[in-house]
Amino acid sequence: MSMLPDLLLVMLVLGAALWTVAARDRRSSVIGFIALGLLLALVWMRLYAVDVALTEAAVGGGATGLLLLRACARLDSIDAGKPSAGRTLQLLIGFCCAAMGVGIAAAALGGPDLPPTLAPAVAANIDAVGLGNPVTVVLLAYRAIDTLLEKIVLIAALVGVWSLAPDDVWGGPPASLKLAKASEPLTFLAQILPPVGFVIGVYLIWNGADEPGGTFQGGTVLAAMWLLVMLAGLAEPPETRRALLQYLVVFGPAVFLISGFSGFWLAEGFLSYPTGFAKTMIVALEVALALSIAVIVAMMLAGPSARTPR
Amino acid sequence: MSDVTTLYGLCASGLIAIGIYGFSLQSEPLRRIISFNLIGTGVFLLFGVAARRAAAAGFLADPVPHAMVITGIVVAFAATALTVALILRLAELNTDPEENIQPEARDEKSA
Amino acid sequence: MTAGAATIDSGALLVVSIMLPVTGMLAVIVSPARRSEQVALVILAASLLTAVATAAEVLRTGEPIEYLLGNWRPPLGVALRADGLSVTLMVMASIVLSCVGLYASGSYLAPPDAHHSRSRTVFWTLLLGLSVALNTAFLAQDLFTLFVALELLTFSAVALVALDGRPTSLEAALRYLLLALAGSVFYLVGTAVLYGAYGRLDLSGLRQISRDDLATTFALSLMMTGLLVKTALFPMHLWLPPAHAGAPAAASALLSALVVKAPFFLIVLLWTGIAPRPFSVIAGQVLAILGMASIVFCSVMALRQSRLKLMIAYSTVAQVGYLFLVFPLTIGGTANLAWSGCVLQLVSHAFAKASMFLAAGVIAEVMGHDRISNLKGTFHAVPITLTAFALAGLSLIGLPISGGFSAKYMLLTAATEIGAWWIAGTILVGGLLAAGYVFKVLGQALAPPAEGFAAARSIPLHRELVVLVLASAAIAMGFLPLDPLPFITIGRMGLP
Repeated sequence: MSMLPDLLLVMLVLGAALWTVAARDRRSSVIGFIALGLLLALVWMRLYAVDVALTEAAVGGGATGLLLLRACARLDSIDAGKPSAGRTLQLLIGFCCAAMGVGIAAAALGGPDLPPTLAPAVAANIDAVGLGNPVTVVLLAYRAIDTLLEKIVLIAALVGVWSLAPDDVWGGPPASLKLAKASEPLTFLAQILPPVGFVIGVYLIWNGADEPGGTFQGGTVLAAMWLLVMLAGLAEPPETRRALLQYLVVFGPAVFLISGFSGFWLAEGFLSYPTGFAKTMIVALEVALALSIAVIVAMMLAGPSARTPR
Repeated sequence: MSDVTTLYGLCASGLIAIGIYGFSLQSEPLRRIISFNLIGTGVFLLFGVAARRAAAAGFLADPVPHAMVITGIVVAFAATALTVALILRLAELNTDPEENIQPEARDEKSA
Repeated sequence: MTAGAATIDSGALLVVSIMLPVTGMLAVIVSPARRSEQVALVILAASLLTAVATAAEVLRTGEPIEYLLGNWRPPLGVALRADGLSVTLMVMASIVLSCVGLYASGSYLAPPDAHHSRSRTVFWTLLLGLSVALNTAFLAQDLFTLFVALELLTFSAVALVALDGRPTSLEAALRYLLLALAGSVFYLVGTAVLYGAYGRLDLSGLRQISRDDLATTFALSLMMTGLLVKTALFPMHLWLPPAHAGAPAAASALLSALVVKAPFFLIVLLWTGIAPRPFSVIAGQVLAILGMASIVFCSVMALRQSRLKLMIAYSTVAQVGYLFLVFPLTIGGTANLAWSGCVLQLVSHAFAKASMFLAAGVIAEVMGHDRISNLKGTFHAVPITLTAFALAGLSLIGLPISGGFSAKYMLLTAATEIGAWWIAGTILVGGLLAAGYVFKVLGQALAPPAEGFAAARSIPLHRELVVLVLASAAIAMGFLPLDPLPFITIGRMGLP
């Protein structure tokens, strides 16, 4: 097989990365980064990592891109700080970084001829769980602790974002996401797309058990639909003190925790699933987690409270 | 096939190097967090390359690093969201000096 | 059969010690703000009991406790493991967290009549976040799980630094966050390289198969560099003083006493567990040299500060430097003594520094400022707090009888026995400098108050007592015998 397409893709990725770093103003830099995210989704497809490609497209390019674009819009009034480093320092640091890159490449690629891998171990144990998608099995069975803690990381970061609200508006709704000029096509999209997006999101979550897809990808798509509605001004961000919102944030992790502890009685310990019920439990868990992820991601993008609670 | 893997390994290293360059030289926090994301992307790709090297053992890819990358992407998103929120709040405070006066600062003045 | 049942039971302790604070975080988020404090305090008390029970179990059996999460064996699954060292650190962290919790209870975070509840909800959620992250860091046996724990630690700590919302605190928090993220990404590069080289990230497996080759040494160097940034060793310490000094006192206490210790613990894991032989010797020398530079440079910086909290923050970098002296001292017959000194320094510094920061919080409230040159009459206003400050200071200087004295004595003995005079000299110089900055404060604070002095605010007794309890704990560590501590070597991999 020809390497030309891969070579081209790599050149594009590195070009986008250089653009992102070298661009004059922040907006171009962010746009370069979003383009990079989309290119990387292709790279992940080439590395046979469809799940990662979906996550990269949804989060790396999508959610992070939106976050950075919104930040640009709000920072526009403030002057950009100019790089203060002199030419010599730039060259010196550039040289160090290049050396670092070479070192990493040598260390990462110079390994043994038959690289060790956990792929056979994953394959050998997958029947015990009964799911078709090995990545989901790793995320929710073998390394479930990482996934559980990752949700706690998200919650800590969300509380961190919320904590940046001034005292007098704490508990109120975040600043309106409504675009200054919500064009008609956007409003139209916001009316027509959410049902479709909802179906896609649910499909990704449901499908994640056996095929590529899963909670985070599905949850982010759900979050995107909600954001679209808020961007078009069809709905306002909710007050952060609302009980329903807070319960939705903790719902997924709480279900995960309960399911984990139930393993002490029903299965072989914390985070293990009873024989024969693993698939059912994992699918249920994914639905609960996706719901919480959708709310957490959307609220992180919306930012801290900005208006006094009613 | 291993040549392609090597190519993406070099790509990953390049991304990390470019990201570190941006992170060390830029002074603007928003640009630095973008550079941080570049480094992160390169590291994730490194995991992807390690996963793809399982091809030598007769598998398409090793799903364990893939799962780690998904977790890593989520954590990087959380980090970016927190940083952006801090940057925006600081910018808000710097343009609106009225809010700067907090109780402790007032105590300072009276003391 | 009964033995099997017993291991299942004690293994559950490890799960509980991580999941209790997780449960607490979720509960604090959904409970009304006025209840958040009660929820958190109950969880902290239960965590303390769990940690003590775990330590008692390890001590009773003389064996480490292991637990396979989801019953999947590593390298596929992730194991939790409590040995003598990790339970020691867990108990230490629980004590400090509980004491800080008590200190921050009542009207500390916001006046009781305040209708806004931002600082309460945020503080209690993230205090529990720190607890989850620390316990995971002490127990998890997988390099990637440890990465997730480090990130949780960072996010919780950063938001605590920014808690009071002043621009200076936010700037310190932002700088801290960016550098901590750079540190994590370095750690993660190393992890990726190790996965490529070994196809597994479990500590026990890597320990058996780690080779002396380019990939391993390069990966470990990157990971240790990342962790050094997070633990703020010289010359990567610049983010720490503004961050730790800018946070509310209760948060500063946690940051200085506990948060910087987790990355150090991971460095110890990498160094003793995975680092191949010739590399580990060189790395140990480099770490010790940086530690010495931290001690000397940051003690001098502490001496030059005019603000109390900045002085204490610089002292943290200096005192953490002592921990890194241990690496070259573990060669030869003095290894056990050196490790004991290091652990004792870690624990007694945690108690002393938490006490000192909390004392600084009381002093700032009573005096209305924290300028060292203007602290006359502090003893008169808050005698209990000042006594605690003095006791904590004794331990930092290393005067007998205190945990700090025993720790430095053990390190000094180990250093002189193997003829590492440069290390021995630094320990003594660091002690003198510490005496300088502690007595500078005490000299002012013990002086009689100026004419017409009035305390700006009265302090509830329970807060002063908590400060004293922590300082006494640092002193009490000095009553341990001056011999190697057998407890910390239980089940420790890579230790002699």
